[in-house]
Amino acid sequence: MRSRLTAIAILAILLNLPLAAMAAGEVNIYSYRQPYLLEPLLDAFTRKTGIEANVVFARNGLAERLQREGRNSPADLVMTVDIARLNELVERDLTEAVTTATLEQDIPASLRHPEGKWYGLTSRARLIFAAKDRVEPGEITTYEELADPKWKGRICTRSGKHPYNVALFASMIAHHGEAKAQQWLQGLKDNLARRPQGGDRDQIVAIAEGVCDIALGNSYYYGKMLEDENQRAAAESVNLIFPNAGGRGTHINISGMALTHSAPNRDNAIKLMEYLTTPEAQTIYATVNYEYPANPEVPPSDVVAGWGTLHPDDLPLNTIAENREAAVKMVDRVNYDN
Amino acid sequence: MNQAADAQPAPVEQQALKSGTSRRWLLAATLTTLLVALPVGAVLVLALFPDDNIWPHLVQTTLPIYLTNTIKLMLGVSVLTLVIGVGTAWLVTMCQFPGRRFFEWALLLPFAVPAYVIAYVYTALLDYAGPVQAALRDAFGWQNAGDYWFPAIRSLPGAILMIGLVLYPYIYLLARAAFLEQSPSLFAVSRSLGQSALGTFFRVVLPIARPAIAVGLSLVLMETLNDFGTVDFFAVNTLTAGLFDTWMNLGNLGGAAQIASIMLAFVLILVTLERYSRRRQQQYAARDMRDPLQRFALSRPRQAACLVACSFPLLLGFVVPAAVLGYYAVEYFAESWTDDFLENAVNSLFLSGTAALSTLLIGLLLAYSRRLHDTAGMRVLMRLSSLGYAMPGAVLAVGVIVPLAAFDNWLDLRMERWLGWNTGLLLSGTAFAIVFAYTVRFLAVSAGSLESALQKITPSMDMAARSLGMPAGKTLLRVHLPMLKGTLLTAALVVFVDCMKELPATLILRPFNFETLATYVYQYASDEMLRQSGLPALVIVVAGIIPVVLMSRSIAASREFH
Repeated sequence: MRSRLTAIAILAILLNLPLAAMAAGEVNIYSYRQPYLLEPLLDAFTRKTGIEANVVFARNGLAERLQREGRNSPADLVMTVDIARLNELVERDLTEAVTTATLEQDIPASLRHPEGKWYGLTSRARLIFAAKDRVEPGEITTYEELADPKWKGRICTRSGKHPYNVALFASMIAHHGEAKAQQWLQGLKDNLARRPQGGDRDQIVAIAEGVCDIALGNSYYYGKMLEDENQRAAAESVNLIFPNAGGRGTHINISGMALTHSAPNRDNAIKLMEYLTTPEAQTIYATVNYEYPANPEVPPSDVVAGWGTLHPDDLPLNTIAENREAAVKMVDRVNYDN
Repeated sequence: MNQAADAQPAPVEQQALKSGTSRRWLLAATLTTLLVALPVGAVLVLALFPDDNIWPHLVQTTLPIYLTNTIKLMLGVSVLTLVIGVGTAWLVTMCQFPGRRFFEWALLLPFAVPAYVIAYVYTALLDYAGPVQAALRDAFGWQNAGDYWFPAIRSLPGAILMIGLVLYPYIYLLARAAFLEQSPSLFAVSRSLGQSALGTFFRVVLPIARPAIAVGLSLVLMETLNDFGTVDFFAVNTLTAGLFDTWMNLGNLGGAAQIASIMLAFVLILVTLERYSRRRQQQYAARDMRDPLQRFALSRPRQAACLVACSFPLLLGFVVPAAVLGYYAVEYFAESWTDDFLENAVNSLFLSGTAALSTLLIGLLLAYSRRLHDTAGMRVLMRLSSLGYAMPGAVLAVGVIVPLAAFDNWLDLRMERWLGWNTGLLLSGTAFAIVFAYTVRFLAVSAGSLESALQKITPSMDMAARSLGMPAGKTLLRVHLPMLKGTLLTAALVVFVDCMKELPATLILRPFNFETLATYVYQYASDEMLRQSGLPALVIVVAGIIPVVLMSRSIAASREFH
């Protein structure tokens, strides 16, 4: 029985060798972002350099996999959609500091790790969406006002545990201290029209449906909704508000990349990192995904620019990452999701 | 085939049972179990080293909610699956109504629909923007959600309904097999002693079928407990949600492993309680096949009621989701029918087929070893080997990575030192890792059903064969296997379908650029783009139908054959 099992095992490995083999001219990516979103960028990179890019996508577990695979891990790059994941990689000492003239020139210091252990590729603003017909322009301009009792039963958000919300709440802790932030979060919770559910797009749809008047969501979702004929009407029923634009600035999060310690294709990986920060790649991010390019030389797409001007909160991203655990526990304490 | 062998078995020499062959079985079973238990063991070890003690915070805040939701979900799913599963199994087995033969196999179809897919489909249908509410608004002139009430599909009852609709076939399958095996004369005796048909059902039929139904229910409960896709999508915060929160948001893998261990204990207690409650029962098939099965002849209205009762689960659990997916598949056919799609389908078939084979072989090894050595130790081994089923897929995946990567790195270091070669990662990140994970996860299905099927074969068969000089292995091959054919096929097919649907472990463990149908569906469906993944989702369902039909045929044939 065991010999047959061994045979199966060997067969399985043999069949897989072509997939696992590391030929020259490759770069391997562990990605928290769906491959179809990366594809246009990676295809352009391959066309330019001849280097093939291979991807494993998962929502969780990739950091564990990388850590356990250790020095033999095939992964060269990790790509994430949130500062917290990048920070986690650094804390587990899985990333390699890398600095090149191109990277330092393309990415502003505020959007990269001081030693080059990660680089931001795009930033996304956490916006307030408001029903055009039920909320006056100027009626709400800050995150703080979300806790105002006048919005009782009128606000929708996704789960408070979602990384995008956690990061926003962490920034509130950084600005106001934990006690004040918790008071604010309790106020926001008391204003919710329904139990947190769905994604950011669902909240905008809920405004169109009349379930609520105000929602929180990342900027690029709005662009994606305008593109989708089934969701365009919902998107057109709301106004975009850049919260705190007149004060400390709007909360942003980043998508980013990090080089692994063990990277077997280090040179190719750095080539890809540099490519992704070039104006060419950054333009793809801006136009296809409606994100804010990290490279200051590349303007946001015309569609995004039409929404208004982004004044990002200059709170260091590391501070947001450091307050994350406190933010998650705060979400539990006010019982935000139930 | 008369199983109650009349011949007096010749006394078996003590020596024979302790022969070398028999000990080799025990050794093989022990080693295999240890191998299969490695990932679960790895998770338990992780649980010993949490980064932080999460319990004070959890107990003070969300734990009571997680627990209540989990218990409500499990209770709701139990009731729903028992009512549908046992009820329809009884109807198609014992009642004569038009379409009975069709429902016999068709009632298994919802099993082919992954829970996360059915959840997406019904959300698309029933939420505000979906066709149902839109039609209602048109009909009654309502303007927006504030004008009327409509049950929220994204809720605990919604989750119970979704999970129940796709899991009841476990119970249906096992209950029906058990009903078919019961001797019709038992039923006749009960009726002649004055029990009503219903009384007989509850006092005779159900108690005899109980072990089989219990196996089905425990599979249902374990799947429910570790479901993440549906409860996450419906925002129902169960223990699994707490587990992922602890892992992903608090970065505390050890704490998450602790929650997983507690869920494991939960399942173990349930299973043990059930076994304990029928500890004095031992059933051998004492089938009297002289009487053919007599089905009830029903009045017209009752026949119609049977028809409706059987149509409902089929319609809701299969026809509606398959139709919606079919519609999406046609709409986006050009975008979906690519070379990638074919490659993904091949990947799915290869992984699921290999895993079905390996779970079957290991399951047989364990179940038969237990028959040879019915000791407390062996029973513990059996239980150990099926623990993987009670663990959320993503956690199990980490449990698989830990020993595999440790082995790879150990071997790599040794080879480098001795031979100057680098073997790199031999097992991690290959299809082997995925097949291993599937095997660990679904071994409970094959080992459990083979164990209970073997138990029904009277020991006098073994004694006869062995006393005639046949060794243990040959007895299995020549005597037991032919009798187990139906069970083997069923077990292999259930595992196959389960593997086709498996998602979280596959995501984490797969090689580069490697998609199965399930992972492909997920990357779109998770981004609210279900329409683009209609075709692959439909193929998962269709691939599940073929085994389901075969399965049902083999069960029906097993009845006619005797």
